[in-house]
Amino acid sequence: MAEILVVAEHRNNELREITLQMLNKASDLGRKNNCEVSVALLGNNTDKLINDLKDRADRVIVYNDQRLQNFNPDDYKEILATLINERKPLITLMGHTPWSLDLAPALAFRTGYPLATDCVDILLDSGKPKVVRQVYSGKIFSRMAFREASGYLITVRGGAFPSSKSFDYQTEIIQVAMPTMAATSRREFIGYQDTCKGEVDITQAELLVSVGRGIGEEDNIEYVKELAGIMGGTLSCSRPIVDKKWLPKYHQVGTSGKSVKPKVYLALGISGAFQHVAGISGAGTVIAVNKDKKAPIFRVAQYGAVADLLNIVAALKGKVQGK
Amino acid sequence: MNIIVCVKNVPFTQEVDLALDASRQDIRKDNLVYVINEWDNYAIEEAIRIKEQSGGHVTAVTLGKEADEEVLRRCLAMGADEAIRIEPGNLKPDASMTAAMLAEVVKTLPHDLVLTGVQSDDFNNGITGGLMAERLGLAHAAVVNSIKPSDGKAQITIELEGGQDEMSRIDLPALFAIQTGINEPRYVSIMGIRKAAKKEIKVIQAEALGLPAADLQPDLIMEEIFMPPETEGAEMLQGDAGSLADQIVRIIREKGVSL
Ligand SMILES: Cc1cc2nc3c(=O)[nH]c(=O)nc-3n(C[C@H](O)[C@H](O)[C@H](O)COP(=O)(O)OP(=O)(O)OC[C@H]3O[C@@H](n4cnc5c(N)ncnc54)[C@H](O)[C@@H]3O)c2cc1C
Ligand SMILES: Nc1ncnc2c1ncn2[C@@H]1O[C@H](COP(=O)(O)O)[C@@H](O)[C@H]1O
Repeated sequence: MAEILVVAEHRNNELREITLQMLNKASDLGRKNNCEVSVALLGNNTDKLINDLKDRADRVIVYNDQRLQNFNPDDYKEILATLINERKPLITLMGHTPWSLDLAPALAFRTGYPLATDCVDILLDSGKPKVVRQVYSGKIFSRMAFREASGYLITVRGGAFPSSKSFDYQTEIIQVAMPTMAATSRREFIGYQDTCKGEVDITQAELLVSVGRGIGEEDNIEYVKELAGIMGGTLSCSRPIVDKKWLPKYHQVGTSGKSVKPKVYLALGISGAFQHVAGISGAGTVIAVNKDKKAPIFRVAQYGAVADLLNIVAALKGKVQGK
Repeated sequence: MNIIVCVKNVPFTQEVDLALDASRQDIRKDNLVYVINEWDNYAIEEAIRIKEQSGGHVTAVTLGKEADEEVLRRCLAMGADEAIRIEPGNLKPDASMTAAMLAEVVKTLPHDLVLTGVQSDDFNNGITGGLMAERLGLAHAAVVNSIKPSDGKAQITIELEGGQDEMSRIDLPALFAIQTGINEPRYVSIMGIRKAAKKEIKVIQAEALGLPAADLQPDLIMEEIFMPPETEGAEMLQGDAGSLADQIVRIIREKGVSL
């Protein structure tokens, strides 16, 4: 029976949401196409993670070793390439995350399987996968097929599929002994550092007034900050604003910034890249203002206005002040 | 320090109405403005900064048509020493073919450091650098947001999710995929680009690279592009700025935020 292999991603002994999302899609594809679902779990003290994966796949293949405590690219690449070359799964799924930006191309090279990244949908058409990807800043969708191969590698965009609830799999746990690895690595881990600490905590705000590159000039930031103040909200932003050093990193919303959960998120001049949008999935209501009526942010917002953000900011100031 | 930077010319697609071309395999590009891929602008800047600090030689490489030489002239104007364009001819390169061709050229040049961007803005594959590193047998890190080279190694930070960075030390030669924000790219004047127009750009034909046929087959075959489904999405508010502001205030209040 064909196999779909899901590479589990976890941090600090918690499965990442993307793992549950991939498992959901894998079991869906598996049911419809008569494929088994397996999970590759690499970690240290994996009991809790194994428990969280139970019932969600036909089997969990576990490599448990101190060296696998944190994501360690050399070992991960070696172990997974060997596993894939042995089991020859029809499809191997990984999250489209910083992990897989490192891992997936190495696996493609070492298995000879074709790789499609950042996919938002996967179809199986008489045993051959096809994928849907977004291109041109998310404004266009594309459907792509693979070259002929015996297996296929796919990385999945976070949030593309809902998370799995538990299923009714009879899960087999296979513990695999850690293979002997080259002792020397060209990459020596030094440590982690936090980059988002600061005086403003955007994760607790009820109202976020959030600015993106559409703000145009640094001087306009102050203007929007005033609006946030008048409204009793908090100022946040997209990544380019932090890259330009117009605001400190602790204001940034998104995968490499913070996940926020305000009652209302007012997005001003933000296009809606998935790395940004991933950070606002917990928002109650999203209102987007953008000059481009085709901006992807309008596909995730509940309310939209096609307008110049500076005009809207000016008008909002007038309304709220003059109440 | 010999540094090679891979740069791509990409169409700018914000605030433009994109249209599908007749083949429905790509968009119409005749009316689009091209710019340096955002991530690559940071990569070339980083290379030039390293050169300015500790000496060296920076080569910019692109795979693209003649019109894409613009991106190389921009790199020369910023301070690159040399520029190479690979002419794809009739090939329609995907990420795996692109990586194969770029790696083949890098092989022929001395290199301590090879830089790419994290992703290209048009197709956001995010893998060209990683694939090149494998082909070249180089140490690799993706999403790099600081580089400090010293003594045959580089201390780097790698951006993870949720505001955490990993610090690591990596043996050189290595290939890094550069993340935005690693530096503040310098301004490039039109004059600077004009001056750089006099510098020679070396052109290599893809078929002259001597790659095996399998490397010039795409991994992915475009079947069709299409517009996003119209069904999903926001309720669009109508009116002038004043009326839009009224509606926005009303919605915010309705959702339980007191203004
Ligand atoms: C590994 C990785 C991690 C990332 N992490 C994050 C992250 O955590 N957070 C994040 O935000 N991004 C992140 N990004 C970057 C992301 O891919 C996008 O590049 C970024 O979100 C774009 O920001 P933006 O929407 O502000 O800018 P753009 O995409 O440039 O959009 C600007 C928008 O403003 C509109 N506009 C222009 N002028 C006006 C005006 N006067 N009035 C109204 N609208 C106007 C335009 O139509 C456009 O839609 C990450 C990328 C990578 C590769
Ligand atoms: N045609 C190209 N020419 C030069 N470099 C490229 C090309 N395509 C991709 N790259 C490099 O690979 C990086 C990642 O691109 P991608 O894998 O397509 O997302 C880019 O930021 C560039 O540095």
